[in-house]
Amino acid sequence: MTDVRDVIIIGSGPAGYTAAIYNARANLAPLVLAGSVTAGGALMNTTDVENFPGFPDGIMGPELMIALQSQAERFGAEVLFDDATEVDLTGEIKVVKTSTETYHSRAVILAMGSGYRELGVPGEREMSGRGVSWCATCDGFFFRGQDIAVVGGGDSAVEEATFLTRFANSVSLVHRRDELRASKIMQDRAFANDKIRYEWNSLVTQAIGHDGRLAAVRLKDTVTGEERDLPVTGLFVAIGHDPRSELVKGQVDLDPEGYVLVDGTSTRTNLPGVFAVGDLVDHTYRQAVTAAGTGCAGALDAERYLSDLDHAAASDRRSARAVLQAATH
Amino acid sequence: MGANTAAVTDETFLADVLQHDKPVVVDFWAAWCGPCRAVDPILDEIAVEHVEKIKIVKLNVDENPQTAASYGVRSIPTINVYQGGQVVKTIIGAKPKAALLRDLADFI
Repeated sequence: MTDVRDVIIIGSGPAGYTAAIYNARANLAPLVLAGSVTAGGALMNTTDVENFPGFPDGIMGPELMIALQSQAERFGAEVLFDDATEVDLTGEIKVVKTSTETYHSRAVILAMGSGYRELGVPGEREMSGRGVSWCATCDGFFFRGQDIAVVGGGDSAVEEATFLTRFANSVSLVHRRDELRASKIMQDRAFANDKIRYEWNSLVTQAIGHDGRLAAVRLKDTVTGEERDLPVTGLFVAIGHDPRSELVKGQVDLDPEGYVLVDGTSTRTNLPGVFAVGDLVDHTYRQAVTAAGTGCAGALDAERYLSDLDHAAASDRRSARAVLQAATH
Repeated sequence: MGANTAAVTDETFLADVLQHDKPVVVDFWAAWCGPCRAVDPILDEIAVEHVEKIKIVKLNVDENPQTAASYGVRSIPTINVYQGGQVVKTIIGAKPKAALLRDLADFI
């Protein structure tokens, strides 16, 4: 077997990198499998982060993630921009594979975060990249002077709608309820923006294309059941996220929605030596700073687990010696 | 930008892409796009490993809006493969190397 590391961290959002900072400062030289295209996590696709403590003027999402990465590397974390494709976490020695390498460790911290949720309506896949988008910061540019829609009612949806008014002629915010779930400051900003319109109590039921481009979205009124078409060339989907737990399914206990289950307020999963942190676990808060907080907790739980293993091994050696001595006398 | 992927522009697109004899992979990107940055080193590796079969180039949509618009690019990264002056494959979004290689299997 190749060398066995102390800790492998899978994922590189605020949770993964914070775990890496703590474990690196404990001299555990963690290996971070940061992901080839998902490195830095969800904040890589945002602009201004205004609510991360310590940055009174805000900080750009990608900038924050690069800073967290450097901070982890400074203390000896090894960051690899590769994807974990297969794991065996059930044994005492954990096995984590990428498409080319196999790594072993005594502890694993799962920090894979979450992925964009799709609407699951006809036309969505076909129109993806042809008007339907999940990344306002990437694709807003292409909708200069056009009428577009954002679907969702949380912070991401309202933030995207506001951001997209920089480019679009109008942005219709389509939400299934009659009020937004977004934070007050985001709502106030949106309500003050005269480019944003609201389609309340509305579900998107279809993305309608014309000549290979999005031309309209079909909306269904949740109260009257009536359907109507909203002519838009862009549809930004911001209806939430689902945990990216496929990698560990069948080994680590998950709840019915796919979130990793942990023991009480700890980060311990059902498997000894396997810890889970960040949006992979969190139904409720899903903030960069709460993810960073649980990342720290995961690192400390992993450290305690490793030191208990070391103590147990030392005490086994002591009792073996005692047995040996007793036998020879 | 990767060392092994040349830049093309609205002006050079015809000669460098449409009239090129080998299949040309064009990565439509922009500086503000996080997933574009992620896919850049992967394309650079593929360019080196498959230099015999394909040419990989990058088109900055911010500086070259004409070409991006004429191919209906609405999302970046979009990776188009051109053969004989025609788009023969479109890949939308950043993907890990293994997945990109699968998508490009017909050309390498």
